Amino acid sequence: MLIDSPHWIIIIILLPILGSVVCFLWREHIVKLALATAVGTVTSVGVLSWQVITNGVQRYELGAWSAPLGIELYLDGLSLLMLLVTAIVGFAISIYASAYFKDDKTNIFWPLWLFLWSALNALFVSSDIFNLFVTLEIIGLSAVALVALSGGANAITAAMRYLLVSLLGSMLYLMGVALLYHSYGTVDMVLLSLRTEMTPTMWLIMGLMTTGLLLKTALFPLHFWLPPAHSSAPVPVSAVLSALVVKASFYILWRLWIVVFPLADHAQANLGFILGLLGSLAIVWGGFQALRQTRLKLLIAYSTVMQIGYLFLAFPLANVMGWKATLYFILAHAVAKTAMFMAAGNILIHRGHDRIADFYSMAQYLPLTISAFALSGISLMGLPPSGGFIAKWLLLEASIVSGQWWWGLVLIVGGLLTGAYVFKVLGYAFIQEDSSNEPYPIGISKRMEWMALGMALLAIVLGFIAPFILRIMDIGSPFAEVLS
Amino acid sequence: MTPAFLYALVGIVLFSIGLYGLILYKHLLRKILAINILGSGVFLVMVALADRIGDAVPDAVPHAMVITGIVVAVSATALALALMLRVNEETGQAVLPEDREA
Repeated sequence: MLIDSPHWIIIIILLPILGSVVCFLWREHIVKLALATAVGTVTSVGVLSWQVITNGVQRYELGAWSAPLGIELYLDGLSLLMLLVTAIVGFAISIYASAYFKDDKTNIFWPLWLFLWSALNALFVSSDIFNLFVTLEIIGLSAVALVALSGGANAITAAMRYLLVSLLGSMLYLMGVALLYHSYGTVDMVLLSLRTEMTPTMWLIMGLMTTGLLLKTALFPLHFWLPPAHSSAPVPVSAVLSALVVKASFYILWRLWIVVFPLADHAQANLGFILGLLGSLAIVWGGFQALRQTRLKLLIAYSTVMQIGYLFLAFPLANVMGWKATLYFILAHAVAKTAMFMAAGNILIHRGHDRIADFYSMAQYLPLTISAFALSGISLMGLPPSGGFIAKWLLLEASIVSGQWWWGLVLIVGGLLTGAYVFKVLGYAFIQEDSSNEPYPIGISKRMEWMALGMALLAIVLGFIAPFILRIMDIGSPFAEVLS
Repeated sequence: MTPAFLYALVGIVLFSIGLYGLILYKHLLRKILAINILGSGVFLVMVALADRIGDAVPDAVPHAMVITGIVVAVSATALALALMLRVNEETGQAVLPEDREA
């Protein structure tokens, strides 16, 4: 039967890349074609989810070449949730972008974005560390081109810096791949996990790969390139970068850390502690920087720097619950940050600027957008009932269970800082003052307002469907290796 | 010392030179060249390590990886050069803002 076919896993990669090429060649109907591709991709991911939820882990050998020679695609609960959040965010962004881009930029945006989507899907189903390098490079190159799309000195220099950082990160990672292949004779993660052991070379490999991927994930203090790139990109691109692209390199690091690196208990604790500490610094530093910003898009970009910090708090804990919390942070942040950038985009179009101090009467003009901003802020703060709350709750529980309660303090400080910068924006938006009395000429499409609100509501809904999502996380028990 | 080991060592030296250049040089063209040298270092290490079995016939998998890597590096360099020209057009200088001399 069609729905049981094993080929859906390859369709989610091929369909967007095909759509990208078609959009590039046939520009008359580009938006319709691109949206059709988006619908097709989301449907394929839906079918694939149904397969995984009913039948468990999916494997696919490309061209029927089996590992170690061939490339094997592998899909467990962790990959599936990453694919699902990519599909949901990707779909919302496609709808938003169809109203956002008006000029000739449309013709450039769609091929690049579908290309990026295809690479993200490919990354989340790859279990081959070299194939991961290739997908990571495709993501990096298309993301850089998308940042440059908005033009102007800021965006171009930000894109340039992003490209250099991204290439350095990939090269460090590739050196690690070379050494791993040399030492253990395979690039398949599962086979590697059986063979790796703690040798001096392994320390070098871990150092190279971790540094490269941290650079791409923008963990403090390697975050310097992120705020300019994420804030100067066009709004739909900013949303994709913050919601999905930084998570892609994090995902690789995370998988390596759980599966490939042979971390004995004490090494895990010490190295994990360093990552947890950097994560905590990212939370505090990112939070303060966000609070200091006078422009909304920069504020949201620093908020991403901060939220990346949360993803690293589970590394010193290294228990299943901590990893689940991390995954929940990824999901909640992806959805909430998309909503927040969309809200910022609506404000930017409405006012023609994003100076927070001049946001007076915004709540009257754009009630849906301001509600979206507030709701996504609730999830970022981690107030119940929201996706962010579940993530923080799980992490708090994990830190208490493993006797490292101090990571809980970081969560509280982070929540307060987030509250401060969200309310700073809301405070200005509710000021009643319209001295100029001139009407704002540029209307925004209702679609853009509703998309922002829809994503913000989804960030809240994530707080209610936690049992369902936690059940998906257990498929193929991606975090089980940690227990041994 | 086998020739393969020597090649790998040269690869690591190239990698270090590239890293040095990328961090210390300000002009973007030099940075892009440095990234290419760094990449060549990685590729050289990969090719050299293909000799790991010690047979006359080296392992073909790293060679395939290097070819893929070169394709990626060429596209990345093309994008970087195009961006560098745009940076020069927009700001009058082919350097990043933080490296600009006052």
